[in-house]
Amino acid sequence: MTTVYLLIVLAPLLGAILAGFFGSRLGRAGAHWVTIIGVGLSCLLSLWVLLGFIRGSLQPFDGAVYTWMLADGIRFEIGFLVDRLTAVMMAVVTFVSLMVHIYTIGYMADEEHNWPADSRLGANAYQRFFAYIALFTFAMLMLVMANNFLQLFFAWEAVGLVSYLLIGFWLNRPTAVFANLKAFLVNRVGDFGFLLGIAAILLYFGSMNYAEVFAAAEASPDLTMSILGGAEWQVATVACILLFIGAMGKSAQVPLHVWLPDSMEGPTPISALIHAATMVTAGIFLVARMSPLFELSEVALSFILVIGAITALFLGLVGVVQHDIKRVVAYSTLSQLGYMVVALGASAYAAGVYHLMTHAFFKALLFLGAGSVIIAMHHKQDMREMGGLKKYMPVTYWSMVVGTLALIGFPAFSGYFSKDGIILAVAEADRAGATFAYVCVLLGVFVTALYSFRLLFLVFHGEERMDHHTREHLHESPLVVTVPLILLAVPSVLIGLLTVTPMLLGDWFGAAMPVAPGNDVLAAVAARYDSAWGLVAHGFVSLPLYLAAAGFLTAWYCYIQRPDLPARLQQQFALPHRILDNKYWFDELYLKVFAGAGRGAGRFFWKVTDAGLIDGILVNGTARTIGRVAATLRRSQTGFLYHYAFVMIIGLVVLLTWFVYTAR
Amino acid sequence: MLESSWPLLSLLIWLPILGGVAVLLLGEQRASQGRMLALVVSGLTFLFSLLLITGFERGTAAMQFVELRPWVEALNVNYHLGVDGISMPLIILTTFSTVLVVIAGWERIAYKPNLYMACFLIMEGIVVGVFSALDVILFYVFWEAVLVPMFLIIGIWGGKERIYATIKFFLYTFVGSVLMLVALVYLQFQAGSFAILDMYGLGLPLATQVWLFIAFLLAFAIKVPMWPVHTWLPDAHVQAPTGGSVILAAIMLKIGGYGFVRFSLPVVPEASLALDWLMITLSLIAVVYIGLVAMMQQDMKKLVAYSSIAHMGFVTLGFFIIFDIVLRTGGSGALLALGGGMVQMISHGFISAAMFLCVGVLYDRMHTRMIRDYGGVGHRMPLFAGFFVLFAMANAGLPGTSGFVGEFMVILAAFQANFWYAFLAGTTLILGAAYSLWMIKRVVYGEVANEKVSALQDIDGREKIVLAALAVAVLWLGIYPAPLIEIMEPSLQQLLDNVIDHGIG
Repeated sequence: MTTVYLLIVLAPLLGAILAGFFGSRLGRAGAHWVTIIGVGLSCLLSLWVLLGFIRGSLQPFDGAVYTWMLADGIRFEIGFLVDRLTAVMMAVVTFVSLMVHIYTIGYMADEEHNWPADSRLGANAYQRFFAYIALFTFAMLMLVMANNFLQLFFAWEAVGLVSYLLIGFWLNRPTAVFANLKAFLVNRVGDFGFLLGIAAILLYFGSMNYAEVFAAAEASPDLTMSILGGAEWQVATVACILLFIGAMGKSAQVPLHVWLPDSMEGPTPISALIHAATMVTAGIFLVARMSPLFELSEVALSFILVIGAITALFLGLVGVVQHDIKRVVAYSTLSQLGYMVVALGASAYAAGVYHLMTHAFFKALLFLGAGSVIIAMHHKQDMREMGGLKKYMPVTYWSMVVGTLALIGFPAFSGYFSKDGIILAVAEADRAGATFAYVCVLLGVFVTALYSFRLLFLVFHGEERMDHHTREHLHESPLVVTVPLILLAVPSVLIGLLTVTPMLLGDWFGAAMPVAPGNDVLAAVAARYDSAWGLVAHGFVSLPLYLAAAGFLTAWYCYIQRPDLPARLQQQFALPHRILDNKYWFDELYLKVFAGAGRGAGRFFWKVTDAGLIDGILVNGTARTIGRVAATLRRSQTGFLYHYAFVMIIGLVVLLTWFVYTAR
Repeated sequence: MLESSWPLLSLLIWLPILGGVAVLLLGEQRASQGRMLALVVSGLTFLFSLLLITGFERGTAAMQFVELRPWVEALNVNYHLGVDGISMPLIILTTFSTVLVVIAGWERIAYKPNLYMACFLIMEGIVVGVFSALDVILFYVFWEAVLVPMFLIIGIWGGKERIYATIKFFLYTFVGSVLMLVALVYLQFQAGSFAILDMYGLGLPLATQVWLFIAFLLAFAIKVPMWPVHTWLPDAHVQAPTGGSVILAAIMLKIGGYGFVRFSLPVVPEASLALDWLMITLSLIAVVYIGLVAMMQQDMKKLVAYSSIAHMGFVTLGFFIIFDIVLRTGGSGALLALGGGMVQMISHGFISAAMFLCVGVLYDRMHTRMIRDYGGVGHRMPLFAGFFVLFAMANAGLPGTSGFVGEFMVILAAFQANFWYAFLAGTTLILGAAYSLWMIKRVVYGEVANEKVSALQDIDGREKIVLAALAVAVLWLGIYPAPLIEIMEPSLQQLLDNVIDHGIG
């Protein structure tokens, strides 16, 4: 099996290397074919592996590939752990990636127009883009297939690197260049916590390997450590919170979420692949993978629950006031990531991963749909200049309707099962913060429906607000764009119905994500609803559907019935609008306080302590003092005999006096 | 000790020195023959140095390739050479870097090109001498001799303020080493021999050890350089020609780090234990404070120079947290710290060399090092931009590059010593990315800033070879560091045992 797993990982890498280094020789078609073949092969094999796990013909695999280094008796390895959780992640990653690869052929077709004429980078931009997304697929697979913390961190940073390169892909755009640096730095803040978490795990559990760490942690769950003063902390709590800080960076949880909306400066295919479906869910995967560890710490789980709840509701709200079509979807992603994190915090890991899976399909669909609109609009993204696109782009419209219904959790659509699963699970949870989280996720349903239908109505319905030139050229996108939309729409509808019984209700993940007996909220949910249709029936008599309906009606009233209303509401509620419009001033705070303090400190240390104190006073000062002393001494040697004689006489007098007094 | 059947180390010292003299004797008229000869000599030296790897006996801490001949018999001074797992990788780093510097200086140096090449070759031999000398007088001679070619390199081919920089550089490092000589002579009286290994574990009284430690500290801390005796480095780098910066950063700084493991820790272990708080504090200041200073630099060379200091902070941090680790965990983790410091030295050799070469590539074309004069270089020099981003990422410690390995090991180990050490050291993740990538943002990314950038041509074949060689080294060490650890670990283990036995007792 090692060969198959290696092949799954290396096929996209090979594609990336070929397209990246030999792009100009392969040409455009060559580049997209080698990467699509690589990722396609990887996808087929991943689906085969998933099928093997579903049928039960495959057993979990845990083995090393090579020893990275053996230092101080600690084995640092590259190795794979493939179980049911990994298999699902592999299938999701490679499938969405393959769809995005195909879609990119259409999206990047006239890529050279995005580059200045004299840019040598523009020549191979198309090939380079394919190399990057194939490289990303490799890194993401390494991340989900890792069996140890070293490889996890490797891949964690590698996906961050590719994200950095892709956000700044159009490097002549100042906003893109600002966004990619910001994304990398904010992620590094998370990774800072992540690395300390790994260090804590190595110190207390003595290994880098998951299985060994989990075994050691379970053997001594009450281990404590002291950080500051005499207070003793449970090691599991410290380690888990530190690891989760890493997850907060990558999965864009408050307060480390600020990079994700700006990451929309990158080309839309990567917004779908990296910043919606896969990379940003790495944090969710991390916590799910580490469930044996997190289960040991009630404190860490409560922390996670509250962070997720804040993200789910409050960042969803920001989506309501955005005008850029991609940013609406981006805030929606933030909010949905919050839902997943809430599930993790409630110990409903399967629900979190399940929502990750359904979300990957419908959110990739929504992003690619938005991209299709952007192609038609000649790369304009402001929804205020759209409207009435439904008749020009029916395939895009209907696939986005499907994606929206899945997103708001319309019964029987995939998103319904996963989101309702989370809400039900949180209702069962009883740890600190659970009530707050429950209220947030419930209100979040209304908000989700509001911003989703607002987008749909503003873009596809109502009057056509674009300029004459754009309207004349409006048309449906080519097949390479619409086929992936359709292929993603299918699982967006069906995947829930097909899989909810085993995955969410049936403990299919089992040993891949163990839950402590007292914490198993999903088992409590499963006890009440035993089938997919049972859950659907429940949907029609429970609150979330009516909240979603209220969101829909609000959007319909405000954007179809009374299009003048939003502007008036905005004036009426100026303060709330300002708060949302400024995204709670997180960016300003970070720029002023952290970046400002860092720059100020740097300048102070450089100009005052380094140049002023050390160089100015100590180093050059010493040199000057020596020079001055020498100059003074030189002055005493005047060359006049009477000076010397005078000094000698004075000296003699002083000496004599001293002798006389001490002799007594 | 493992004697050598033929004097390989002597060859590695004298081949480049004599080669350098030969290049010099060619006269300045024959520049093309001069650089060809320099290339052949440095290439041969590098190839011969590879025999150190192939012939190196793994799994032992003993000195290998040992050569022992009387030198000044009256004083019992010997021509005594040998390498172990600590010094051998540093010698390879030296021979490797010198080849690159020779290629990088190809046709770039108009004024006295043969003298330039000769300086680097002679420098190479001397540095190999520093790393392989097992007799303190021999060591001291090589140690001081290093200054001469470096002094010439900066003084002759340097920038406008080169005189200030060379004097500062010379005085700083010279003042530091004089005290070391006193310490070494004192140790000879105690040990009855000039052999370095005889000075280990003498069991001197603590007060004496502290004085010796301080004498060593001044010498080594200035070379590393550690805060607050670091201010000569940015000036020296800014004024030095590209090749000078490369050798300065890649090799000269390592001599200081090497001094700590070869002398301070094993010779005066009790004093090292008593003063480890000082070393740890200075190292962490280097990481955080210098990291912040690096971020604010406007001059690319200064930025890379400051980032060098910050990275070398990990070397000294790794070396001096071992006491806290041993006291807290009983020993596990200390070897990780020492190994991390060593790997960081090798890795920093590659990365800083690459960064200075990248800045040099830009300087050769634009004749400015100021960040504000650039912008959008990527549009005009895509290949160069690829290399530059790779090395900047390595500078920021990205996993998969060598920059990650040492920092990772030291941070893991620091956590075992004290949570806050790891916390402060870990800030390099943010600061390293901030200063490296902010520079990349302003230089490589963005729109083409001006006419001069617009006229830039991408790197030529010669520059490609140099940068590609370093890229391979950076990636190789990042993806598969196991062989390097395997070579170093027995020697580090012995060092650790030695230090623990005599230091903690």
